Amino acid sequence: MIEVVSADRCIECDKCIEVCPTNVFDRGDAGLPVIARQSDCQTCFMCEAYCPVDALFVAPTSGPLPADSPLHDEEHLVATGLLGSYRKGIGWGHGRTPGALVAIGPSLPPPRISGAPAGSSAPAKSAPLTA
Amino acid sequence: MTDTLQLSADVLIIGGGPAGTWAAIKAARAGADVILADKGYCGTSGPTASGGTGVWYVPPREDAREAAMNSRDKMGGYLADRDWMRRVLNQTWDNMNELADEGKYPFPVGPDGQQLRRGLQGPEYMRIQRRRVKKAGVRILDHSPVLELLTDTSGAVAGASGYRRQERVDYTVRAGAVVMASGGCAFLSKALGTNVDTGDGALMAAEVGAELSGMEFSTAYAIAPEFSTVTKTAYYNFATFYREDGSVLEGAGSQGGRSVIARTLLSERVFCTLDAAKPEDQAAMRLGQVNFFLPFDRMGIDPFTDRFPITLLLEGTVRGTGGVHVVGENGETSVPGLYVAGDVATRELICGGFTGGGSHNSAWAMSSGAWAGRAAAIYAASVGQWGKGRSVRSAGEAALRPSGTPGRPDGFKDIVQVIRDQVHPYDKNYLRHEDRLTPALAALDDTWRELRSSLFASEGDAVNARSAAAMIAHARWMYTSALARTESRGMHKRQDYRELDPAQHHRLLVGGLDELWTAPSTWSRELASVAS
Repeated sequence: MIEVVSADRCIECDKCIEVCPTNVFDRGDAGLPVIARQSDCQTCFMCEAYCPVDALFVAPTSGPLPADSPLHDEEHLVATGLLGSYRKGIGWGHGRTPGALVAIGPSLPPPRISGAPAGSSAPAKSAPLTA
Repeated sequence: MTDTLQLSADVLIIGGGPAGTWAAIKAARAGADVILADKGYCGTSGPTASGGTGVWYVPPREDAREAAMNSRDKMGGYLADRDWMRRVLNQTWDNMNELADEGKYPFPVGPDGQQLRRGLQGPEYMRIQRRRVKKAGVRILDHSPVLELLTDTSGAVAGASGYRRQERVDYTVRAGAVVMASGGCAFLSKALGTNVDTGDGALMAAEVGAELSGMEFSTAYAIAPEFSTVTKTAYYNFATFYREDGSVLEGAGSQGGRSVIARTLLSERVFCTLDAAKPEDQAAMRLGQVNFFLPFDRMGIDPFTDRFPITLLLEGTVRGTGGVHVVGENGETSVPGLYVAGDVATRELICGGFTGGGSHNSAWAMSSGAWAGRAAAIYAASVGQWGKGRSVRSAGEAALRPSGTPGRPDGFKDIVQVIRDQVHPYDKNYLRHEDRLTPALAALDDTWRELRSSLFASEGDAVNARSAAAMIAHARWMYTSALARTESRGMHKRQDYRELDPAQHHRLLVGGLDELWTAPSTWSRELASVAS
């Protein structure tokens, strides 16, 4: 869920308010976006992708973080390179190469069945695959 | 109602994901004045935007196309249709090339110097689609969930009404035709990007008289780290699955062993390590799907060496194939003026009863969107200016016009809990058996009766209430169809009917709101002809 809005970095462009598909943010009285409905956050990371100044951090947990998690702490997020890491990964932002240009995934092996002899794969009568 | 925003257009598109954006672009290019309304934000809404997808992009060579069509006949339970597959392959080829040439989508380049056009990165794809939609002159209404359709005196669809949740104002769009492209239903499971997909479009379509098809094919569950929303089941082809004590979970697999995972999760946690990924695979996985690694990197987990807990998240009809019944080549429904495209429509036409997850659903979305957009523009032109001024009635019932005394405005929360209790559980929706489906359906029927009588809310809560009602309706169609199909076919597996029954080689329609019915579908020109 969305956990951090950096007051130092935010330029009040309201992009996050605009793009959040589940309408989690409101504009606060001070001009900064506030996390008004955190429980509506679906942890899709889109606000991070669209934030032009890497002021947002979405914790990867689908529920709220424990109070003692270091992921609440902006300094920790900067020091570990986590703040802005998604936008960097997809190559959005000035001077970056779009991630789509290099998005060649692995060739997927046949599905493996745990405990089956090496080299054997799923039986013909298979359960539904959802990619 | 003085503060209702009144708008009109030739074509109204409901939903701004892949299908809706393709529909909007094609309708506008066919000369229509178009409005696109999205529940969230066109460009980030829905599972495609936040993820990535393969695309059923197959060169127009006889052998390649034949192989592509043959590959899933059996898995789909022989319910797909050759004509439809051919049309989707053709249209997808054209659309992907348009996306490259006009849209300047930055496809990767293979060793032969040619672009590889068999996959799309969601954020990039949908950012480009939004740009193209705007360039086509379409008016976009973001954060504007549609609540109900409008019909004219003949019963034809003539627009829709909704609520602009950031402006806090009701709105109405009078239109000559409506394309419903509102997505499937994943029941608020939080599977990546799907929480906007609560089946609203199917409910609205049913309220004006449309039927559904293939709703029994709704058992899609995706693998995700236990704490996370990020689903990318294909990458778990590299996994070994374990029990909490560290012993290997025999028989578990991302494909062909997922029910073992589901069964085990009913009583204990399941873990895995992606230990079959070689270093070159690991590097390619990072490039192929950046967000797959967000949960791991941010929680300090190395998925290739560490054992991490996993879960299965319900994807319902987002990656199942059931949806609104399609009666014509352009996504026509049985209701004049209403077209369907993308996940709100049945995808049995190209997938049969097997998941459309990944490449098929994305191909269907862009193809059906393009057809529906064009056809809706032509239909709207035939209706003409009269279409925007005709007298209309509001077709919404559940959660909008309760038959009894309205209850608490947050009554939808209890209904969402019913969904969690009756639809998410693996032993009800996934590992299907009459002994569990029947009581689950009875509970859903009771909830429906109650909500028809009393569920009501206004403003933002109206959207939540309406979504809750839509999910209950969806689940009832699913379980009614699941009970009616007394066999195992495609993704629909019955524990009490484990074999495929040749006598049930047909699609299954379901319909109704208060009283439900099912019937075998007879409309099909070329049902996969291989022996059933």
